[in-house]
Amino acid sequence: MISEQAKQRMRDLAARYPVARSAIMPALYIAQQEEGYITQDALQAVAEAIGLTVDDVESVATFYTMYYQQQPGKKVIKVCTSISCYLRGCDAVVDHFEKRLGIKRGETSADGNYTFMTTECLASCGTAPVLQVNDQFVENVTLEMVDALVDEWKKEIGKAAEANAAKDVEPKTKIRL
Amino acid sequence: MPELIVTKDIDAPGLDTLVGYRQHGGYEGLSKAIKEYRPDELVELVKKSGLRGRGGAGFPTGMKWSFLAKNDKTRYLCCNADESEPGTFKDRMIMEKSPHQLVEGVIIASYACNVSTAFIYVRGELALAGRQVERAIEEAYAAGYIGKNILGSDYSLDVILHRGAGAYICGEESALMESLEGRRGYPRLKPPFPAAVGLYGGPTVINNCETLATLPAIIRNGAQWYASFGTEKSTGTRIFCLSGHVKKPGNYELPLGTPIRTLIYDEQYGGGILDDKQLKAIIPGGSSTFILGADKVDTPLDFESIAAAGSMLGSGGVIVIHEDTCIVGAVLRMTEFYRDESCGKCTPCREGTYWLTEVLHRLEHGEGRERDIDLLMDICDNISGKSFCPLGDAATSCITSSIKLFREEYEYHVREGRCMVGKGAAVAVS
Repeated sequence: MISEQAKQRMRDLAARYPVARSAIMPALYIAQQEEGYITQDALQAVAEAIGLTVDDVESVATFYTMYYQQQPGKKVIKVCTSISCYLRGCDAVVDHFEKRLGIKRGETSADGNYTFMTTECLASCGTAPVLQVNDQFVENVTLEMVDALVDEWKKEIGKAAEANAAKDVEPKTKIRL
Repeated sequence: MPELIVTKDIDAPGLDTLVGYRQHGGYEGLSKAIKEYRPDELVELVKKSGLRGRGGAGFPTGMKWSFLAKNDKTRYLCCNADESEPGTFKDRMIMEKSPHQLVEGVIIASYACNVSTAFIYVRGELALAGRQVERAIEEAYAAGYIGKNILGSDYSLDVILHRGAGAYICGEESALMESLEGRRGYPRLKPPFPAAVGLYGGPTVINNCETLATLPAIIRNGAQWYASFGTEKSTGTRIFCLSGHVKKPGNYELPLGTPIRTLIYDEQYGGGILDDKQLKAIIPGGSSTFILGADKVDTPLDFESIAAAGSMLGSGGVIVIHEDTCIVGAVLRMTEFYRDESCGKCTPCREGTYWLTEVLHRLEHGEGRERDIDLLMDICDNISGKSFCPLGDAATSCITSSIKLFREEYEYHVREGRCMVGKGAAVAVS
């Protein structure tokens, strides 16, 4: 369910732009913040707030990779694999994450804790290799840092989740890359 | 170290706040622009400064402004801060550390172009940069730099921050406008160019983030002062984003015309090649530009010299590749980027980038055939210039130039089924 407050923010945005339709992208972000990903409710709410059809909104939502089509994990990890990071060894970072998290790129762990993705150049080539965790940059990544990050998340998410992650490594969903 | 213009105070504490920015001459350029110049005088001033676009094409900024159609339609300005060219990371730095500098530039350019609504299109992945610019816009509104009757003049402006959502193509100006209008980021056919028919059908000026962030200093210090840096046709300084196999990668602002060698080897900048290896190749302006061989290391980094050497200054992303890198592997990685980022609108680019990746993949993995090398050239020829926007062309740059420079490595792959030299990816993470 999209809250009334969120819908009001969408309507305000539609009024702020010279043409209401321009508010689709920011409105989709608002909806995603509430729902975790772009649900049918999200599409409906955006369409109503801006005065468009659901199909119209969906055509935009499916073009941009940052609008998730499925529920992502609590930690969304994006490792850059473009040329500058490639030259500085990002592939080893990707391999190490896959090993530590027990999922492949593009997958979400069965416990819903982690979504692991590779991504295009993150505009941080001077500190390659680089990754983002829920939009926060981690720069000059080493394999030791990968270990430290994963350990930290495991602690943070709790011992129960840790037990689950070790047992159940089958991917639940695939996130569109 | 030569004088810095854009990044002069970039590491000053508090520069990202209005108070901190003002302590370093912030908004003096805007004040001078509005109080001492008419809009058309500003266009002339920027023309005289010789400033050229820092996004990729290097088009003269003042000239671009003067091309705006003179009709009664509403004009718009878009700041292109959708930085996503592999090897480029300057706009992110400007937005994170000195967002007011960009906002001031946006206001100056909007005033010069008689624009009353400006947009700053920030790449979606750059969340912090987006927040910083948003806060700067709010502070500027509160201080009377944006809004009604700016600094007591009769000029009014609205500035809207618009976040992208993960699409490289939206850095292409017509796709950016489509995206701003709330559509899929598909490029438009040109002409008409944005200066004639752009956002919402109005005449539109689209400038890169660094270009706009350079304006305050030009207004404060004058066109002649700015033109005294750099070369005759490539004036001023620009931020070179140095990455890849160098000891000290990072953003370095240098006068245009500085040799590549200085950027890579000087202790103040790159500090030499990683592990003191030999230089193999240089990509001078982001992954969309032609690869240059190590013999071009003394080429001056200005638009004309890099073009004469066979490439483009592009976005200023200088990617350094050392001797232990398999060029086929590196080119495969770059090509995968274009395959993934092709928007899918035009068949030559959508299908072509896919086929290029397939052929490169089999070459890299020892399943290549002798004719694959010519096949790659043939596919490139069928993509280049045959789509709406330059993304497809960009995908071919690294392939055609690398085959020209390093054909023997491709042939070795066909013959021996493996890399002639080690892979870039095999470099230990340090």
